[in-house]
Order: sequence, then structure tokens, then C-alpha cells
Amino acid sequence: MAVTTETRAGTGPAGAPLRGRKLPMYAMPGFAVAAVLLTLLLWATTGFAGRAGFVVFAVLLFGALQTGVSFAVEGRRQAVNRLFTTLVIIAFLLAATPLVLIIWYTIKEGIGAISGTFLTHSMFRINPEQPGGGIYHAIVGTLIQSALATVIAAPLGVLASIYLVEYGGGRRFARTVSFFVDVMTGVPSIVAGLFIYAFWILALGFQKSGFAGSLALLILMLPVIIRSSEEMLKLVPNELREASYALGVPKWRTILRVVLPTAIGGIVTGIMLGVARIMGETAPLLLLVGINQKIEFNPFAGMTEQVPQESLPTFIFEQFQLAVGNTESEPFKRAWGAALVLIIIIGVLSAVARLIARFARVRG
Amino acid sequence: MSEQPTLGAATTPSVGGGPPVAGDISGASVRRGDRVFRGLSVGAAAAVLVIMAAIAVFLIFRSIPALRANTVNFFTFQQWLPDESPVQFGIAALLFYTLVTGILAMIIAVPVALGVALFINFYAPRRASAPLGYSIDLLAAVPSIVYGLWGFAFLAPHLTGLTLWLDKWFGWIPFFDYQLDNKPNNLTVFTAGIILAIMILPIISSISREVFRQVPRDQVEAALALGATRWEMIRTSVLPFGKAGVVSASILGFGRALGETLAVTIVLSNVYQISWHFTQTGGVTFASNIALKYGEAGTIGTGALIASGLCLFIITLGVNFSAQMIITRQRKGA
Amino acid sequence: MKLQRHGLVAGLVVGVLALSACGSDNTDSNSGSGGGGSSASGSASGGSIDCASGTLSWDGSSAQKTAVTQWIQQYQNQCADASINYQGQGSGAGRTAFYGGQIPMAGSDASIADEDRSKADARCSGGKAINLPMVLTPVEFIYNIQGVSDLTVTPSILAKIFSGKITNWNDPEIAAANKGVTLPNKTITTVHRSKDSGTTQNFQRFLTAQVPELWTYGTGQAWKAPGGQGAADSSALVQSVKGTDGAIGYVDGPDATKNSLTPAKLDVGAGAVEANGDTVGKAISAAKVTGNDQDITLDINYGLKDAGTYPAILATYQITCTKGLPAEQAKLVKSFLTYMASDAGQAELPKLGYAQLPSELATKVRSSVDSLSAT
Repeated sequence: MAVTTETRAGTGPAGAPLRGRKLPMYAMPGFAVAAVLLTLLLWATTGFAGRAGFVVFAVLLFGALQTGVSFAVEGRRQAVNRLFTTLVIIAFLLAATPLVLIIWYTIKEGIGAISGTFLTHSMFRINPEQPGGGIYHAIVGTLIQSALATVIAAPLGVLASIYLVEYGGGRRFARTVSFFVDVMTGVPSIVAGLFIYAFWILALGFQKSGFAGSLALLILMLPVIIRSSEEMLKLVPNELREASYALGVPKWRTILRVVLPTAIGGIVTGIMLGVARIMGETAPLLLLVGINQKIEFNPFAGMTEQVPQESLPTFIFEQFQLAVGNTESEPFKRAWGAALVLIIIIGVLSAVARLIARFARVRG
Repeated sequence: MSEQPTLGAATTPSVGGGPPVAGDISGASVRRGDRVFRGLSVGAAAAVLVIMAAIAVFLIFRSIPALRANTVNFFTFQQWLPDESPVQFGIAALLFYTLVTGILAMIIAVPVALGVALFINFYAPRRASAPLGYSIDLLAAVPSIVYGLWGFAFLAPHLTGLTLWLDKWFGWIPFFDYQLDNKPNNLTVFTAGIILAIMILPIISSISREVFRQVPRDQVEAALALGATRWEMIRTSVLPFGKAGVVSASILGFGRALGETLAVTIVLSNVYQISWHFTQTGGVTFASNIALKYGEAGTIGTGALIASGLCLFIITLGVNFSAQMIITRQRKGA
Repeated sequence: MKLQRHGLVAGLVVGVLALSACGSDNTDSNSGSGGGGSSASGSASGGSIDCASGTLSWDGSSAQKTAVTQWIQQYQNQCADASINYQGQGSGAGRTAFYGGQIPMAGSDASIADEDRSKADARCSGGKAINLPMVLTPVEFIYNIQGVSDLTVTPSILAKIFSGKITNWNDPEIAAANKGVTLPNKTITTVHRSKDSGTTQNFQRFLTAQVPELWTYGTGQAWKAPGGQGAADSSALVQSVKGTDGAIGYVDGPDATKNSLTPAKLDVGAGAVEANGDTVGKAISAAKVTGNDQDITLDINYGLKDAGTYPAILATYQITCTKGLPAEQAKLVKSFLTYMASDAGQAELPKLGYAQLPSELATKVRSSVDSLSAT
């Protein structure tokens, strides 16, 4: 086959690629320039127009040029390889584009609203239609609600994953749990919210509160944590466990001292993803937490004598609604300011979690 | 799960069986600590079942009165009028648009996410791969409400050209046929699909990335040493190894897309009528319907919304079940 | 591992504590650059608020949210010990929470339904639940037709447009109502609320009363007429209309005001009028008051055809208890309702796009509020 002969011809004795026919280093930039120039020409001479179309066409042209020439010069295998390299890079750029656009747009719209007052004051006594006020009360609410949910969900989730990997084995119970963790992942946030609404508020008679929001968030967070920690625990090599058992260490100490530290990086990443997911959840909080202009540290504050905690996502939604589509209005600016702060909080938390993960990996 | 060898075991075939078998070695010396720890972990696992059962029981229990009061076919009726008399509501439109937006999101997100995961693990410079992965994960840090605002204020206005272009060149496909003569406002199924795709991208790519990272280094290097090109190495060593992981990652993403609420609520323009013209205004999903109707719903209305929530619940259950079957079969085949 | 998780949690806790050290509610009533501007008008007219203290949290109609937010701000600027919070999640949510005893008052675009009467009275242990109309909102018609800045509509035109019977702006019927205005040959795009709303309900009641033969889609909170674009809430609706040449939609007065949109004039048969305190007031004055004793339920005549009236209106009630609320709550509810119904309170409404209660009705509401038990 062509493949084998080419491989033989292309590999030198030292294993270094000594292919005879290979596109020179300057070929790729050359193709790129050619593609852009050709597209420019086309845009100038024909009816084609538009910036987005230009980029798409130039990229397609580049791919075709590169693959075609490579096929002629280097053969099919290299051509396919180059094509897929281009595709993979395009995929990455495609993913990065919305990220850049969203972050850029949020900063552009939100940075003007952020100030010392904005971060350290509530909306109490402030007319939302006029400038002033801040999101301090919403930040407090979001942090407390997320922390509550995390404090409950993280140990529960990691323990459940330990059961699945270390104890569950082939038991029917473990298979059932594992199956329902997958199902739970699919529980939509709004359904979790409705469930807590009927269970906690309608059936048990509690009030809307920050804690009710935490309960819904916990449902959303739990399967994310279980699934990711399970995957990580499974990756811990059995030799480590066996070595520990051989030294006479009991199973539970083996899990705590050997298995968990080995998998800690991935587990923290999983918890981080869970926190990232719930912090931005709005739907269940709309049903369960409500709106408050004042600072409220008590997550159990209900409706009758007090006012339930505010949260950042509900604050953003409320301000968005108050703006009624007017992008120049104060509530609209405040919504973007709060969105920027929320993204920053989540980003910083993620970064901290990453640092912890890296630190733990080195130590483990 | 039990029939599948764990990923760890797959890399070290010399060890027979999974961790539980190995665990039995210490079975002779079970101590109190072991029993307590085991009890705790069993309890945590059971909590999952308790929560799921509670959700199911409650949803069924609460939706029965509304379903009894309904005077039309729940599955084929498109409108949602539970608080009118006669009581009329059905999930046909909700089901249709929920699946369409979810599938649209998958079609866009899965190939891109796969590309991202491959890029970060096998193409990007080693040093840059961690920061790059982290930056894509930042997409997960963007709250759904912000996606909604962004889709509403930025993306929708910028999609006008694309909508008209699709109509011009691909208008013969009903999906892209824009029949109205005014400027599209893009509060559409198409836009919702794109937003959802962006939202589920980090989930799929980050899990795929983790899976690809576990590909045995020696296999990769062996493939390269044999003269395989990078793509051949990926095709022969990486993809078969990571297939099941990527599938399960995609399903996690699909599950999120189905239940995503606020981004979709803000972007869709909520018309209770099935239409195949995805670039024209319209569309309403299970989740957006609940978010929209909740505030004004009466007793029957709330029950009807819960009934629709139950349907969504069952759909996700079905999706996840079939996905599990796929994964199991794949692993057996491999 | 535990250590790391605790680290994460500790980080959160430290963050909370760090924030708690520097945050504050705006205790100074003049803080914020806007506070000064609006409290000037507040102190001039509302200096006589009979303050109560405590915390009041309530929920209900989103149509009156802008008005209530303004009132709360004015009230709190004067009454340092009061903290009032309005959720504005929707009339249904508000009534449910009120019947369930979770909140002492609800804002609702509809009065207490007959079937809920016993539930509502039972909630007011010993008292009765009553409706108090407080906020009047014109339903306004916003449009976007390039080159047209003055449009008049009639009930018949509205019904035909929103049911798809008139599809172009150059229709002869529209031209007949707009003499002197050149309307382009342009397809009409209608935008309706797809979220159930009191606005939709009152608009449909108006059409049904005015042109029953043309409007056969009921008077529900949900939109049933065929065709047109849906918009989830008023933001999406305004956005849709603004962004679509040839579009028309219906909104609450404040939504048009906030976006500086000029709504269409309405002609119910005796000449085109715009929605303002006068025309809306005249229309509401024609309403029958049906409630007994302290209850003031309005039977609005949506079919009114008199000159100078704007009968496309939405009245938002405050539903509360005559007695039976906890003492401190009752005091605050009464004090705040008194302020809402006062001249100073009602004077806030027109500049926000609402209409004041006509004086006769306002007097009735005030006397009803006065008779509320404050213990």
C-alpha cells in the first residue's frame, strides 16, 4: 500500500522525519496570503460583500488550497493531516470567538456602571430609574446561597462517588444510583426550582428565601460533582490501592489518604464546574428567592416579616425587565454592571480552584 | 456501569477486574472506621435516589388534577391555555421546539467542542494548553442570564445578514426559508440554537479534554514513532479511547440544552405554533414556557406547568438511558 | 482533599466577611446622585406622610412595578424606619402568596375572583379581603413606521390588524382614520405579549367590548389570535417593535414612556385622543363600583364611546385585609396605602406614564384605606 511505502521512504534511521517531498516552511503563510488576496479580488470584482462572508470564504479557500497542494506534493496522508489540523484550529477559533465577543460586550456595557459605590451599596432607597445604588446586597446573597449549596453538595457528591467507585462494584444499587445520577444531570434548573417550590414552600409551608434557592441549586450541583469525581476516582491506578492494602492500611484510610489525594485535581475541577454552573442559574431563583433592595445576611429570611435575599442573577433579570428594552436607561447599565461582576466572581473562584488543583497535584 | 471496565483498568490490563475486587483484599480486616465510612458513602448515594424519587412523585402528583381538567389532547394540542375555560393545553409545540433547539445546539457544539479538546491536547504548544483550556472553560463561567442578554442585545441584531444570506442561497430548505418581507429580528429558534451551542460547548469540551488527556502516552508515542501523521495518531489511538467519554460529555451538554431556561426565554419569541422556518420568529420550549407562565398561572395553570415539567423530566430520562446503552455497547465492541 | 474543599469554602466565607465589612444600605436618604433630584419633588409634595416602621414585603402585578418602585423610594426617604419591598412577579403569584398568608398585600390586575373569595377572606382571620384600585395604566399602541410620527387607530382597525385581517399600512380603513398622513405600502407586523398578562387581558376586553363582531378571541390573559410575533415580556416587545419597520404592538403606559416612544392616538368614535390623566380619568369615572363596604371593585366600561375618553385601560388593585394582619404589618400597610392614595402619591403617576385616579374615585379609595384596622 501507498501508506507503507511512503512511511518507509519518509522515516530515517534515527526516527527523524526525513521526508523527501515536503512543503516548505513558508507554504502555509503563503497559502494564507494567497487565500486572502484571492478573496479580496473576488470581493472587488463580483457582487460578494460582507465582512463575515469574507472571513468564511478566505478560510475555506485556504483550506482548499492547502489540502490540494499538499495532496499533489506530499500525498494523501499529509494532505488529510493538514486538513484536519486546519479544522481543529478553526474549531478552537470558533469556540474562542463567542467567548471574546461576550466578554468584550459585557465589559463594554458593564464597566461604566462599576464603581466603589456600586460594589458596596444596596439599592435600598434608590429609584432604579435614576443613577446610584449598587449590587452589594445581590453579591452577598449570591455568595451565601452558592456557599450553602456547595457546603451541602460537595461532601455529599464526593461521598456518593466514592461509593460508586470504591464500594459499589457490580451491585444493583450502585448501578441504579449511577443511572439516576445521569438522569439527575438532565434535571432542568426550572424543574428543580418548581420541585423545591412545591416541596419546600407549598408542602412544608416555608417562605421564599435564600436557603430555598440553595436547595434548588444543590440539586443541580450534586450530579455534576458526583459524575466528575467518579470519573476522576476511576482514573486512580489500582496499583496505588493495592500497595496501600498490602501495607495493611484499612480501606477507608486508603481512600482518604491515597485515592482522594491522587484524584484531587479533577475533583476540585468538578466542584468548580458545579459552582460555575449554579452561580449563574437564574430560573430557580426567580421562583424561590425573589427580589430585595436591602442587604440581608440571613439566608433563611422569608417573606412575612422580612424580605428574602436578593441574588445577582435575579438582580440582573429584574433590572433588565425594568429597562424594558431601553439600552440607554440606568437599569440596563446596572444589569450589565452586575453581569460583569458576576462573571468576575465566578472567574476568580475558578482560578482559585485551579490553583488549588495544581498545588494538590504537585504534592500528591 | 458494572460490566464496563473502568478507564483506569483499561490502561492497565494486567490488573484483572475493577477496584472493588482489589478492595476485597482488605475485606478480612473491616474495622469500625470502614463501616462508618461505607455507611456514609452509601447514604450519600441513596440521597440521589431519594431526591429523584421525590421529584418524580411530586411532579406526577401535582400534574394529575390539571391533566384531568384538560379538555384536549395533551400530546397533540399546540396552544397553552390552562386557565381559560374550557381548559386547553398541550405540549406539541413545546416538545417540538425543545428538541429542535437542543439538536441544533448539538449539531453546532459537538464538532467544535471535539476540535477544541483535540487542539488543546495535541496541537497547541504544551505550555499554552492549560491556559487555553481555562479560557474556554470561562464560557461556563458566563451565567445563562448573561447569554440571554447578550443574545438579545448583541447576537440577534448581528444575525440579520446571515438569516437573509441563508434565505437567499438555502431558502429551498424550509429551515432557512425566511418568508416575511420585513427585516428579521432574529428572536428565533435558530438564534436560540446558537446560544445553546455556545453554552454547552465548555461542558462537552472540558470533559472530552480530560478524557483525551488520559490517553496512554505510550500509545500516542508508539503511533507517532511508527510514522503516523498527527491525525492518524488521533484517529487510531485517541478517538477510539475517548469515544465513550465524548459521547457521555455530549449527552451532558444535550441535557443542559434541553432544560436551559432564561437564555432561551429571552431569545425566543414564544409562539405556540409548530413551524419549520427556524429563522422566523417563533418557538417556545418546556423551560421557557414555565418561566413565562409561572407568574400568572392559577391553580390549574400551575398543575399544567408541572405536567410539562414532568414531560421534560421523562424526556431527559429517555435521552440519558439511550446514551448509556450506546456507551455500554461501544465499550463492549472495543 | 477535605482540606482543599475547606479551603474553597473558607475562601467563600472570607469573601463574604470581607464584603460585609465594607457594604452598606443607603442609610443617608440623599445618597446617590438621583436621590437628591427626586426627593426634592418628594419632600415638596409628600412632606405629610404619616410614617410607620417595620418591614413590608409584597408581590404582584408587574404592570404597576414602576409606580410602586417610585412610591417605595419616596416613602422610604421620608420614613427612616420603614423598609418596603415589592417583588412584581405577576398578579397570579401575588394573589397566590396573599391567599397563602405569605404576604399581607398583593398587587393584582384583576380583582379577587368569586371562587377565591372564601380563601381570601379566610386568610384575613376575622377580617375581609378587599380590592383597592390604586394604579391606572393606559394600554398604549406603539408602532414603527418609517416616516410616520402621528398615527390614529380605531378599535376596528386594531381588531383587524391584530387578527390579520388588515395586513398593510396602506389599507383604506387606516387611511380614512389618518387623513393628511401618508401611510406607506408596507406589511404590518403585529407583536403581542406571549407571557400571560393583564395588559393582554384588558386589551382583549377593550376590543371585545368595542367591536365584538371583529374580536372573537376571548378576553383571557393569554393571546389566542392567529399570526403575529410573540414577545415574552414588554422588553422583548418594545425591542421587536423598535427593530421592525412596519411593526405595531401594545404596551403599558410606562413602557412607552421609558423608551420615549410616542404611542398612537385612539379614536373610539368621537375623535382621536391620546392617553393622559384626563382621557383615562374620564373613562375610569364611567366605571361602576361594584364592591360593597370597603371593597372597591371597578366594572370598567371598555366599550365607552364618549368624546375625550381613552377606554383601553388597566386598573391595578391592591388586595389586602380589612383586619387580621399582625399589628406592625397592618400599620405599615395602612400607612403606605394612605401615601399611595394621597394626592402626593398619585401625583407621581403621570410622569411615569400612568394615570392618576380621578378625584371622586380617589376620595372613595382614601376613605376605604382610612377604615382599615391598624392593629
